[in-house]
Amino acid sequence: MTSDTAGRVAVLATALAALAALAVASLVVGARGVAPAEVLRAFTDFAGTDDHLIVRGHRAPRTGLAICVGAALAVSGALIQAMTRNPLAEPGIIGATSGAAFAVVLGSAFGLAAAQGAELALAVAGAAVATLVVFAVGRTSPLRLVLTGVALSTTLAGVSLGMRLMLPEVFDHFRFWSVGSLAGREQAPLAVPVTAMAVALAGALLVSRRLGAIALGENVAHALGVHVGRTRVLTLALVTVLAGAATAVAGPIAFVGLIVPHLARRLAGGSVPWLVAHAIVLGPMLVVAADTLSRVLLPTGEVPVAIVTSFLGGPALIWVVRRYGAVAL
Amino acid sequence: MSALVLRAGRVSARLDRRALVAMAVLAVVGLGLALLGLCHGARMATPSQVLLALVGRGDSVVVIRDWRLPRVAAGLVFGAALGVAGALFQNLTRNPLGSPDVIGLDAGAYTGALIAITVLSAAPTQLAVSSVIGGLATAAVIYALSLRSGLSSMRLIVIGIAVNATLTAVNTWIVLRAELEVAMAATGWSAGSLNGVDWAEVRLPFAIIAVLLVVLAARAPAVQQAALGDSLAVTSGVDLGRLRLLMMLVGVAATATVTAVAGPIVFIALAAPQIGRRLAGAPGVPLLPAALTGAVLLLAADIAAQMLLAPISLPVGVVTTAIGGCYLIWLLAREVGRP
Repeated sequence: MTSDTAGRVAVLATALAALAALAVASLVVGARGVAPAEVLRAFTDFAGTDDHLIVRGHRAPRTGLAICVGAALAVSGALIQAMTRNPLAEPGIIGATSGAAFAVVLGSAFGLAAAQGAELALAVAGAAVATLVVFAVGRTSPLRLVLTGVALSTTLAGVSLGMRLMLPEVFDHFRFWSVGSLAGREQAPLAVPVTAMAVALAGALLVSRRLGAIALGENVAHALGVHVGRTRVLTLALVTVLAGAATAVAGPIAFVGLIVPHLARRLAGGSVPWLVAHAIVLGPMLVVAADTLSRVLLPTGEVPVAIVTSFLGGPALIWVVRRYGAVAL
Repeated sequence: MSALVLRAGRVSARLDRRALVAMAVLAVVGLGLALLGLCHGARMATPSQVLLALVGRGDSVVVIRDWRLPRVAAGLVFGAALGVAGALFQNLTRNPLGSPDVIGLDAGAYTGALIAITVLSAAPTQLAVSSVIGGLATAAVIYALSLRSGLSSMRLIVIGIAVNATLTAVNTWIVLRAELEVAMAATGWSAGSLNGVDWAEVRLPFAIIAVLLVVLAARAPAVQQAALGDSLAVTSGVDLGRLRLLMMLVGVAATATVTAVAGPIVFIALAAPQIGRRLAGAPGVPLLPAALTGAVLLLAADIAAQMLLAPISLPVGVVTTAIGGCYLIWLLAREVGRP
């Protein structure tokens, strides 16, 4: 057991080092490359040059946001997979992120999302409604759940594209809500959603042990003194807060919550608390890498980061479906 | 049974009366919508003006014959092609969800078309060929990935959805690149749109679709036979392997031809076969009702897209996506209710 723990800690430390390297890459790479030494100087010996302003004013906060969003989405996916024992559940696939984005766009049109708190509340409410609808329709099988979530996301995407084309002056401002992106988001005031994500991540670590007991079966969980119903409600609340807050920050980003937990599970073994801990590190790695990549994929300008994750996510979904082929999906 | 049997020498056809009535009604509705589509526009025309213009008389010949007619014809023909493609694939996968737009064939064909536009010179032939190649390659990939679990499983559809997600990401990337290089305004087109379709664009696709439909009509009895079940089809002399290959090829080619001109228009291939089947009260997923329903649906959606906010016309794909998603959720919800 102790050697297990030591191994996991070692893996986690390696992953943290890799995340730090990726974060540095994210500070260096962009429309205007900044040498690593210059990046270091921007923090230790700020001189106000263009390079320093870019690093401190844009890239550092953006990298911070990518880390938060990655952790939130990955943990949200890990929690919902553990709770439903469905390997395909994920905030993007089950429509939670599209629901959140749609709610924010709709709310903004009526002037409801002016404050950060209101925007966050709208996003969380949208995520919750979408999750409940998709689970109500698709609960009978994991594959059906995917289909329902995709159908809901498509519908919402179609409706918001239609609204945008109908009332361009109102909705063009929300272009990024249809495809998640981190570009320019570091300029918006985002203290409230970031705080919400941090609190929910801590909550996820606390609830994960009880979730692990539920994964053994309801009877075992009862015998271990876990309140099953309460834990489920709490988990669902955490899932929607994490997905909603991440969407409020970056727009809908799919597949992060699918890819990361499956990678994390290989490192964490069967333990749900370790799964969550690994997801908190691996999720940011994926999003920071995807966000860095999104800046170099076009000769000028940027690809939205959600395009990169969905390019990677398709093959991941196929892999999961085929891997769990023997299990009744 | 209220069935009509026509015999001419060795050829015989059994026609169900209810199906006949349904198809006649669909045809009439389609023609009515076509007339409405020709009348509707920035300047409304009366039906008599339209009919005069069609035979080449009156003031609005150019507007009606050269501007509105290609769009209306494209709505009908492309709708029929999509409906047939959907029926073929739903027959192949034996699943109402196994239609080309859900499993990513539209997206694959669109990738082919985008490559033709950005890399090649985008001549109509190149566009058609490369979108068909894109669609076929996508179908081959999905088939290979789901070989182990069989064609008729839910897994094939989820694998298709995954392929669709990846291809859509690739398509967005190509469009973003192209917008920078060629300044191609493609937001509407990537949702699927009939805006600004003219005769030069649709001539080749119409010819291809006509050939495909003739090929399919020749094999329609075998398709119906195959819908009854594998063993029954084989004992009645159907070469299942070759028939399936033909159905797949025709379905992909029809989808790709439409996508090359109009972009990926979803939902028609998904819904038309099921609606047509119910209207005709037929067993299996029959082809002709699917074609007629597809034509009516796409034309109606296109007219709605033009009318929703009159001066601007929405891409028809926006209308079909919004309706299609709701239909899909309803389809799934209904199945959950069943034991």
